[in-house]
Amino acid sequence: MKDWPETFDLAVVGGGNAALCAAITAAEAGASVLILEGAPKTYRGGNSRHTRNFRCMHKGPMFPLTDAYEEEEYLHDLMLVTKGKTDEGLARMAIRSSEECLPWMMAHGVRFQPSLSGTLSLSRTNAFFLGGGKALVNAYYNTAEDLGVKVAYDAQVTHVHREGDRITHLDTEIAGRPVTVKARAFVLASGGFQADIDWLARAWGPSARNFLIRGTPYNRGVVLRDMLDQGAESVGDPTQCHAVAIDGRAPKYDGGIVTRLDCVPFSIVLNTNGERFYNEGEDVWPKRYAIWGRLVAAQPDQVGFALIDAKSIDLFMPSVFPPVKADTIEELADKMGLDPQAVRATVDGFNAACRPGKFHPTELDGLATEGLDVPKTNWARPLDTPPYYGYQLRPGVTFTYLGLKVDAHAQVHSAEGSIRNLWAAGEIMAGSILGQGYLAGFGMTIGTVFGRIAGKEAAAHVA
Amino acid sequence: MSLDLIIPAPSATDEARRQIEICNACRYCEGFCAVFPAMTRQKSFADGDLTQLANLCHNCRGCYYACQYTAPHEFALNIPAALAEVRVESWERLARPQALARLFQTHGVAMAGLLVVALAVFFWALGALRPVEGAGFYAHLAHNTLVAIFAPAFVLPLLLIALSVRDYWREVGGGRVRLAHLLRAFDSAARMKNLSGGHGEGCNFEKGDRFSDRRRVFHQLMMYGFLLCFASTSSATLMHYLLGLEAPYALISVPKLLGVPGGLMMAVGAVGLGWLKLRADRSLGAARVWGGEMAFVLLLGAVALTGLGLYVATGSALVGPLLAVHLSTVMVLFLLMPFSKMVHGFYRLAALVAEAGQPAPSSANE
Ligand SMILES: Cc1cc2nc3c(=O)[nH]c(=O)nc-3n(C[C@H](O)[C@H](O)[C@H](O)COP(=O)(O)OP(=O)(O)OC[C@H]3O[C@@H](n4cnc5c(N)ncnc54)[C@H](O)[C@@H]3O)c2cc1C
Ligand code: SF4
Ligand code: SF4
Repeated sequence: MKDWPETFDLAVVGGGNAALCAAITAAEAGASVLILEGAPKTYRGGNSRHTRNFRCMHKGPMFPLTDAYEEEEYLHDLMLVTKGKTDEGLARMAIRSSEECLPWMMAHGVRFQPSLSGTLSLSRTNAFFLGGGKALVNAYYNTAEDLGVKVAYDAQVTHVHREGDRITHLDTEIAGRPVTVKARAFVLASGGFQADIDWLARAWGPSARNFLIRGTPYNRGVVLRDMLDQGAESVGDPTQCHAVAIDGRAPKYDGGIVTRLDCVPFSIVLNTNGERFYNEGEDVWPKRYAIWGRLVAAQPDQVGFALIDAKSIDLFMPSVFPPVKADTIEELADKMGLDPQAVRATVDGFNAACRPGKFHPTELDGLATEGLDVPKTNWARPLDTPPYYGYQLRPGVTFTYLGLKVDAHAQVHSAEGSIRNLWAAGEIMAGSILGQGYLAGFGMTIGTVFGRIAGKEAAAHVA
Repeated sequence: MSLDLIIPAPSATDEARRQIEICNACRYCEGFCAVFPAMTRQKSFADGDLTQLANLCHNCRGCYYACQYTAPHEFALNIPAALAEVRVESWERLARPQALARLFQTHGVAMAGLLVVALAVFFWALGALRPVEGAGFYAHLAHNTLVAIFAPAFVLPLLLIALSVRDYWREVGGGRVRLAHLLRAFDSAARMKNLSGGHGEGCNFEKGDRFSDRRRVFHQLMMYGFLLCFASTSSATLMHYLLGLEAPYALISVPKLLGVPGGLMMAVGAVGLGWLKLRADRSLGAARVWGGEMAFVLLLGAVALTGLGLYVATGSALVGPLLAVHLSTVMVLFLLMPFSKMVHGFYRLAALVAEAGQPAPSSANE
């Protein structure tokens, strides 16, 4: 801190993708920039370090993307997942800008690779980072450092001082010591609030205490709360979060991508009472995996149990922890803490409802059960081939929807109008575009597009 | 404290298995090297599979700096170190006699000790076996004496290595070798493809999370320099026996044209590799063999420098002592081939051939 100027041109709150894109853009425009990353250096990069790709519009093949993915199709995909809850103007702008993001990212150190094994379906729409999100974050920190950007780790912003239509300074705690940070412009890129379990529980209900948080423990929404308390305009459903069903043995925080389970379409999924509760074969997994977080969250104790037999165990990506394994259904139930008799009855009922037919793991095969209250409409094969395997499922929260409302310049507003030297980028404002649902790879697109806009606007403001 | 509270430390292979299973559910590092695509062929990993993955790994460290699960995260991933540990263990296990490998892989001091012994022997030989005639360094030690000493010291270690590589092949379940597999493996080694980072900008050996080509450059200088020196010696032997042309050779001669640049490349390579080794983070490799590896780099440097020195000193009184030192270093290098870092080249090549013989990694899922 000894080499810090009295006042920075720009202070960026957060140290993930959106923050870095803003900092680099502003520094290249000549601004003196400080990044305040709440996490220690080993955990820098927020949820961005867990990512693997970003969704990118392109008119023709463009490494690493194949074929073409044009604006209308992209928008259509987005509208489908958000069920129309989207600001079309902002969405179109983000989509259109995504194309120029790819070369920009490369020019700033990010490297790409062909679609990862097991994700061929994304090779046209999503560009994969070589080495994943942490490699991207590392590249950006190096670029920022080379541009003279200062970075403070373990630097938690506790309060943003607003005076009328301006922000004057930040209260921070850097390595546990209070520090006041002065700057002429500010970019907020501190993510959502999903790591604040109390807040989640207030918004969602007490069952949220049983949720696992897939990403960083440092996104506690302190700055978001502070801004909302000061009358910043908000957007997005405050009670909702994006949750998927993940391995119940995952760590409480930061389990990341490896804790996902792709077994559901080939399983039957039971609750603690040993009963099935939803059609496991409703659609192909990429289209359904996002609903299972809620489904499991609605069950007693917020837990589900996926049972598979030997026929299906190799049909999905390997899991991070080995499944529970047993030679009989009863033994499996017992090992998983379920009532063996109840599970036996459910399995017998399910098996009896299965019909002969051709099983096809990679497409909707129409192999459905008959006569069950909760049907399974594809990939329904009896569980009859030992050994049997089981996974415990729990809801894993990816992000929250509530955020700051921004305009096309990434500027933050209050009821009285825009806050003139304050911009927001990334998850903290993603609700402006993603009202609900989620489109794989769109989080990084929003962060990159709005991070760059925020950086540019902030630099222009102080120039 | 009761005894059953003491949990035995997991073996290096078990620890690598734990880590690789996490990677196999992640796969973000697939673009860095051959290890990650290879692992996607399996869901579970037998010991032999891990031996193979470990020997495929070039310790570029890309997958450490890019990993979101390194300590203090509870998954505590450190793939470069975990695989390095399994790799060195496999060399120790497959070497015969194993005790020698354990000694020399780990301890630089042991290598230095052997060098002292070799020095003593050669100085004695130079005094006791000095021939009555002969030119250049053959004035100090007759050609036939040299051959009598070095031929077995070269051939026997190679035989031992051949046996070990055969055992390796069995352990990893290598299949029938075809020419195409060999070509692919040699191509990969010739370009050090696995140190390119996948994007061609090098590895993360000595500059933290920044990429650098230095290790690749110094390694290739060393490797090609060594091969040139080896070719130089071989050509001299052929000239001696087939053409009756005896050393010393003129500067414009095959042995010198190969040997001098080769020696220079080796010397630069050794200094460079040693320097990088000092700068690199030891905890991302097999820390316990650091000393042995460093000693091996220094030994290679000493072979090159004394060889070059011998050339420069032609005709002077220094030839005798320099010759003793040079021959000692070469002797130790040869003798320790099966028991030092030198052996990595053989296993690495075997691993690349075995990998080339496998079906292309599947992308069957989804
Ligand atoms: C497991 C997982 C996988 C994902 N995969 C993808 C993917 O492949 N593609 C995709 O597009 N999206 C993906 N996402 C979503 C994606 O991570 C986010 O959309 C994106 O990272 C948001 O970037 P950001 O910069 O806004 O937030 P983050 O990267 O989360 O950064 C927020 C930063 O703010 C810091 N911070 C928080 N509070 C404070 C404070 N008070 N003071 C100072 N600093 C603070 C944090 O430490 C952190 O550095 C994934 C999410 C998860 C959890
Ligand atoms: S090293 Fe880390 S990031 Fe790379 S594949 Fe393994 S778990 Fe994933
Ligand atoms: S250290 Fe490099 S070569 Fe070894 S596994 Fe990791 S990325 Fe591959």
